[in-house]
Amino acid sequence: MPAVAIDGVWKYYGDYPALRDISFEIDAGSCVALLGRNGAGKTTLLKIMGGLSRAAKGRLSVLDGDTRTRAVRRRIGLLGHGIGVYEELSARENLEFFARLQGLPRPKDTAAEWLERTGLAVSRDTLVREFSRGMRQRLAVGRAFLHDPDLLLLDEPFTALDDRAIALLQKLLSGARARGATIVMSTHQLREALELATNVVLINRGRLAYCGPRTVEMLADPGWLYRNYGEA
Amino acid sequence: MRYKLIWLLAVASAALLAVQIPIIFFKLPDELNQGMVYRIIYFHVPAALTAFTCFFVALICSIGFLTTGNARFDSVAAASTETGLAFATVNLITGSIWGRYAWGIWWTWDARLTSMLVCWLLYAGYLMLRRAVEEPTQRARLSAAVSIFAFADVVIVWKSIEWWRTQHPQPVLSLRGGGGMAEGMQAPIYWDFLAFVLLSAILILIRMRQENVRREIDSLRRFAHAL
Amino acid sequence: MRSLRAAWVVAGKDLRSELRTKETLNASLSFALVILLLFSFILDPDSQTVRAMTGGLLWLVFMFAGALILNRSFARELPNDCLEALIASPLSGAELFLGKCAANFVLLVLVEVICLPVFGIFYNVRWMRQPGLLFVVLLLGAWALTIIGTMFSALTVNLRLRELMLPTLIYPFLVPALMAAIQLTNVLIGGDTLEKDDYIWFRVLAGFDLIFTLLGMALAESVFVG
Repeated sequence: MPAVAIDGVWKYYGDYPALRDISFEIDAGSCVALLGRNGAGKTTLLKIMGGLSRAAKGRLSVLDGDTRTRAVRRRIGLLGHGIGVYEELSARENLEFFARLQGLPRPKDTAAEWLERTGLAVSRDTLVREFSRGMRQRLAVGRAFLHDPDLLLLDEPFTALDDRAIALLQKLLSGARARGATIVMSTHQLREALELATNVVLINRGRLAYCGPRTVEMLADPGWLYRNYGEA
Repeated sequence: MRYKLIWLLAVASAALLAVQIPIIFFKLPDELNQGMVYRIIYFHVPAALTAFTCFFVALICSIGFLTTGNARFDSVAAASTETGLAFATVNLITGSIWGRYAWGIWWTWDARLTSMLVCWLLYAGYLMLRRAVEEPTQRARLSAAVSIFAFADVVIVWKSIEWWRTQHPQPVLSLRGGGGMAEGMQAPIYWDFLAFVLLSAILILIRMRQENVRREIDSLRRFAHAL
Repeated sequence: MRSLRAAWVVAGKDLRSELRTKETLNASLSFALVILLLFSFILDPDSQTVRAMTGGLLWLVFMFAGALILNRSFARELPNDCLEALIASPLSGAELFLGKCAANFVLLVLVEVICLPVFGIFYNVRWMRQPGLLFVVLLLGAWALTIIGTMFSALTVNLRLRELMLPTLIYPFLVPALMAAIQLTNVLIGGDTLEKDDYIWFRVLAGFDLIFTLLGMALAESVFVG
């Protein structure tokens, strides 16, 4: 069964179609690079997959279920534009909160484990307000991964990450791949994305322009895809 | 087709009013205590009934939008609420005038007038919220929720204020100190109600069209930005 | 109950956040104090008329001071897009709504409980005559304010003029609950026993709370998920 099956999905803002008749499938265990210009509809599509938004028309099946059920959302990890951690709480409190929200059996232990993995154990009781940018990003990554999700939705994850955070994210992503998780990553950084990706989806002005496996050509010349199927 | 419908409604409404107004002003006798002024009830009460009809239509359309996602429901809901608010205003102003001539004061905190004022504020809030949301689908969603809340509150408000006024009485706008109307004097209220409903249908049709066009323009603007 | 577990988690987080800084609580209490002070210039605190108005005064103070707390409710989720993270987590709209309501309720009751003795001192009112029933009225009234305020806080969270709009929107909605609370408080603070006529106001308050809690839970999902 595919991890994500999208069939004839439309999304409107008023009368304006942000997504038009999008249909494709994502196999379990694959890593999809979701490409497209700014405003093409990548974030909208990710939001619909993550259960933050509803499609106006069409069918969507995520992890064999509806995104608005708890069971499905428990298996999704979302890393959006905002880091999604609370400034007025400490790192430990943030991770414990999200662990509890996910319904994990031992939230305190899980939080402690992820503080170690993100390299934040030393600052566990410092308020996020006092964190550096890189530390915040690592905490955000921890929040998205701590429940071992089967589907990871990442919206421009490499943008504005420092080196340490990028290294952490790449390590966690390959760990997730090894576990058989599915990854959907929208990004502008073609090179990084294409290196990790097994499949590529290109959205152009709300329409699906290309969907297929990543080829050697794309890796060698990242601009190839845009030139042939869309706009740069 | 639309214009034919609007013309038809306008003619029907005008005809009804043309028949009723002479009756109201000339045929019916003066009232015992209040003289001429009581005739305002033939506009005051139908306006209230029409306002609530419009608010009810808005409720149905709001539920319709939340269940189907069809934006046209939102247009009708918004148009209907605005029209309802207009008739509520008529009710409040006629009530105020009536109070001035019957009791010498410009405002009585009579149960019905107070309730209508609260309803007016509820739906004015609905319109204020609509103004503040730019994106059309979000605007439709949020205002649908407010419309449902508002109508639920309308019902509670009317009963509560009635009870409150039995404990804290104020001058009441009515005939014969709260008694009913004689037979034969009631008919114009219902005819006027019908005329007002037809009028409100016209206003809703026009306004609804404006909302649809506004949404279209918004989407064209987004198209232009995307190019 | 399993399905409300997540609501408690959210409530706990909000309360921990607020009680750490106490910013909103302090602002709310200061505002309440200021209103009590201003009213003292408008009314003569010793006169008989004030006796009859104590309920009204008290609830006006709670309504105004409470709006500050309610405004913050969803606004605190805006930095860092935390609201998005919440909605994406396995938390239903109704649970998020109830969780927020629970936290706001605790803060509101805290404000009420602190204001009551201060009010008693400023206006020379002995409010301990019927503490049990009075407390019930405080709780029911606080819940009414919480439900309406939290729902509108959610509705207006992303809007530019949120702080201006929230009070304008919620006060008309609260009229029935306010009337009921005022009526009951007037009687109970005066030390009188409730008449049969007064019990209708308990029904109004309870009915209001129930209806809007159910409506809020039903509509929460539509409000949060676009």
